[in-house]
Amino acid sequence: MDYTPHTSEDIVRMKAEIGIGDLEELFADIPQKFRLNSLPEIPGAISEQETTALLSSISEKNKLPSLTLTGAGAYRHFIPAVVGHMVNRAEFYTAYTPYQAEISQGILQAIYEYQTMIARLTGMEVANASMYDGATAMAEAAILAAKTLARPRILFARSVHPEYRSVVRTYAWANGYDVCEIPYQRSGQIDPDILKQELSDNVAAVLVQSPNFFGVIEDIAPLADAVHESGALLIAGFTDGTALGILKPAGEAGADFVVGEGQSFGNPLNYGGPYLGIFAAREKFLRRIPGRLVGATVDKNGRRGFVLTLQTREQHIRREKATSNICSNEALCALAAGVYLAALGPNLAKLAVLNVQKTQYLKKQLLCIPGWEEVFSAPVYNEFALRCPNPRVINEKLKKEGISGAYEMQKDYPELENSLLFCATELVSKNDIDRVIAILK
Amino acid sequence: MELIFEKSKPGRCAVTVPQSDVPEVTLHEAIGNKYLRTELDLPEVAEIDLIRHYTNLSRRNFGVDLGFYPLGSCTMKYNPKANENAAALPGFTGLHPYADDDAAQGNLQLLDEMQRYLCNIFGMAAFTLQPAAGAHGELTGVMMIKKYFEKKGEKRRRIIIPDAAHGTNPASSALCGFEVVTLRSNPDGGVDINHLRSLMTRDVAALMLTNPNTLGFFERNIEEVARIIHAQGGLLYGDGANSNAFLGIARPGDIGFDVIQLNLHKTFSTPHGGGGPGSGPVGVSKALVDFLPIPRIVHTGKGFQWSGDFPDTIGRVRTFYGNFNVIVKAYTYIRSLGAHGLRHATEMAVLNANYVKEKLKPHFDLPYDRVCMHECVFSGSRQVAENGVHTTDIAKRLIDFGYHPPTIYFPLIVPEAIMIEPTETESRETLDAFCEAMIIIAGEAKANPQKLKDAPLTTPVCRLDEVLAARKPDVCWKRA
Amino acid sequence: MSKPNPQDRKYSRDHEWARDENDGTATIGITDYAQEMLTDIVFVELPPVGKKVAQGAPVAVVESVKSVSDVYSPVSGEVIAVNSQLEDDPALVNQDAFGDGWIVRMRLEKPAEFGALLDAAAYELLISEEKH
Repeated sequence: MDYTPHTSEDIVRMKAEIGIGDLEELFADIPQKFRLNSLPEIPGAISEQETTALLSSISEKNKLPSLTLTGAGAYRHFIPAVVGHMVNRAEFYTAYTPYQAEISQGILQAIYEYQTMIARLTGMEVANASMYDGATAMAEAAILAAKTLARPRILFARSVHPEYRSVVRTYAWANGYDVCEIPYQRSGQIDPDILKQELSDNVAAVLVQSPNFFGVIEDIAPLADAVHESGALLIAGFTDGTALGILKPAGEAGADFVVGEGQSFGNPLNYGGPYLGIFAAREKFLRRIPGRLVGATVDKNGRRGFVLTLQTREQHIRREKATSNICSNEALCALAAGVYLAALGPNLAKLAVLNVQKTQYLKKQLLCIPGWEEVFSAPVYNEFALRCPNPRVINEKLKKEGISGAYEMQKDYPELENSLLFCATELVSKNDIDRVIAILK
Repeated sequence: MELIFEKSKPGRCAVTVPQSDVPEVTLHEAIGNKYLRTELDLPEVAEIDLIRHYTNLSRRNFGVDLGFYPLGSCTMKYNPKANENAAALPGFTGLHPYADDDAAQGNLQLLDEMQRYLCNIFGMAAFTLQPAAGAHGELTGVMMIKKYFEKKGEKRRRIIIPDAAHGTNPASSALCGFEVVTLRSNPDGGVDINHLRSLMTRDVAALMLTNPNTLGFFERNIEEVARIIHAQGGLLYGDGANSNAFLGIARPGDIGFDVIQLNLHKTFSTPHGGGGPGSGPVGVSKALVDFLPIPRIVHTGKGFQWSGDFPDTIGRVRTFYGNFNVIVKAYTYIRSLGAHGLRHATEMAVLNANYVKEKLKPHFDLPYDRVCMHECVFSGSRQVAENGVHTTDIAKRLIDFGYHPPTIYFPLIVPEAIMIEPTETESRETLDAFCEAMIIIAGEAKANPQKLKDAPLTTPVCRLDEVLAARKPDVCWKRA
Repeated sequence: MSKPNPQDRKYSRDHEWARDENDGTATIGITDYAQEMLTDIVFVELPPVGKKVAQGAPVAVVESVKSVSDVYSPVSGEVIAVNSQLEDDPALVNQDAFGDGWIVRMRLEKPAEFGALLDAAAYELLISEEKH
């Protein structure tokens, strides 16, 4: 394929206009010894028909399950048709960042609406236009807290997604901050006593998730009190965003930042990306939070319009003094989330309830199998951990039937031997669950 | 236009939720009231309202598919539709990131080949595809530099960055605890070699160099630059934002770059989505391979696998493996164009930039008049001095002619900068028409400067009050 | 054209002014020339009362839509009051840089520092040089 439109005559005329005889002259600044003749490992050009066939054949080497019970930070939900139709409008997806507001009102307004929806869902006053994913949103919130309070230590619950903890560790190391992990109790919630012991005037932030990696719902309000008493900030995350349809918002319970993964809102699994980092905060942090912010204003005729605002926070103005280096974000994923949330509206609560029902049914049925028991006692959303005699065999059995099984927790939690993390979203039917039980019994 | 919230009416909905087919449990039993929310304030609209809302919003947005988009340093080339179709294949979109490696062999093969292609194109030893965007790639690259010196037991506190650099460079360095030292440009728009010599000590970890730089010039003294940095044990970091200028012509690895980060959404034709998602792969030389983020793909007898077993890694920089779906598009692009096509695209991009530069040169100040690479930077200084018209005014007037304006006020070293990057996918007719519009505007600046100050006149809103937006921030809608 | 620089105070080379209140304290702000260069000020970040600042160190931050500038303290001392009106109305700096747009008041640690600052005439010379 060739997407360049010039004919050979065009090229001749343009060279003449520039005053060169050979295109090589344009590259005269590149030392001759570095000029290439070829790229030996890049295959030759192919037509669109061939590329299409090639990519289809690669995609078919993947084996898609007929049913998935895997969650653990990425969730398979039904995506209404409207979402794809809207995000596939080229006016949106072939645009760059909306630097020129007058011809970018579409994405600017859509992001402003998204920010509003996120603030409402999380119980916060403000939300940004998006971060890369849930983990980087959490890491950036932690770094922001440490910088704001000039305190060098970050605490996170061991019940936070293992990959999120890993990302926070990387960011903290780069910035020269300390991290410390707070264990969970038998309920699956963070251990508040150990948390209190670890809190000190060195601690900038405490990071939890609710639902946490185990699917367990944390009791945010008392945590917020303890954290605030020590002068630190509470950063509350979540795993599956649809839980926000029914759970008390962490903002209402006293969190200072709410961060999390928005993939569940209308974005496909896509083997892990692109996803959507949700970042919401208390108003007092508005001038310090990372990322783009869309604000409402008026034009000279008094018409409402939208612009990128408070840009002095950002790297292109503050350079090395900026709190974050983020530039491109995940605007199109945020657009998908906005369309999804507007499409569901208050039905998001019904959807969340349905997730709870399926999950409860799956859990109950699995617990009927001899030798299976619950790992944690606190309430869960759409994931739960069970101990069973031989998790690997369980997953092998399911795999043979084309089912993507549960997450094996021992990989990340050596102390949780023989434990599986199951997830049931609205896409899992009663028949599916009964089939799973029949396979495992 | 009304907000979706203002169109909301209780009782309407666009999507219904299926009835439960399992025995009912109440939320009170399953979760407990203390954990439950009491209200959920989201818009309530019918499907047709929703579709019209977002469709009408899209009509108030400008993308490459609507017209010429010469936004300098952003490489707004055409986004081929075959790439979109490939990325939408259910085998790619439907796979869970924790799918067993043996169920993901297609994806792993694609990612592995992509890494190898990028290594070949850029002359690096290895690539990570994990970073989500260019700035994220920068951060990852600087982290690897930090780790490299940690491992060597050297404490180096500084990173040198030219004054013309993008703001992400100093911000990324600062996020890794480095002190930023600013390097001056010389009168030709290149690195001031003597200044570099005076700054380069054993306390400097790296020079972060955008090459070609933000003026669109390839660093003529690049060999000398690399020598100065390496002589003191430092590393040469390449910001690959401008890779569209040399793909298939030269390779940063051959030139001496130790780290380079790319923007697939610029150079490799993936759409930018109105702000993202992007993808910011990072390539490294042999000396830095051990520090790459985990997980990495390894080959075993059973095919490709993810492995986290690299003790010197910087760790993870995000969840999972990167913006996979974006990478599929870039992979499709590379396969479509092939080696010659990549080189031809570069040649056409550079030809187009020089063509525009020559055509506009008589009408606008050109602070650095030399052969440019993929973009050229003019200054609106003449229009300010003679007509009191600023670069903003020129940009806004271009909107009335149906164009997306160039990048303006960047790089900072050019007053009233106008940075034009035409890209290779634009025809001569398009470039001629754009230049014609620019020339008309230069004329209008003289004859009727007010016309420029009032522009744009053809958009749904005219210039917006940014001062009000910053003084009284309103980032979330509240009911009156 | 910027407003005339009052004679009753001293100026720094970074375009701040300091007025000796003759009670061991000084009021500090930015000059009218500075506010003109910065254009519309949208936010002023004020220090906490009680903060100790050395001469030449940043004491506040003023932001316009597209710029961020530190306000360097022309004298050493402790912040004893901040102009909290600026929190709601940063435009006061634009409207009345030498009056209602004052930024902080400090207790002087080294009153002798005043002597080294520029008087109005010297400051005017400085800005006329900067303009050329």
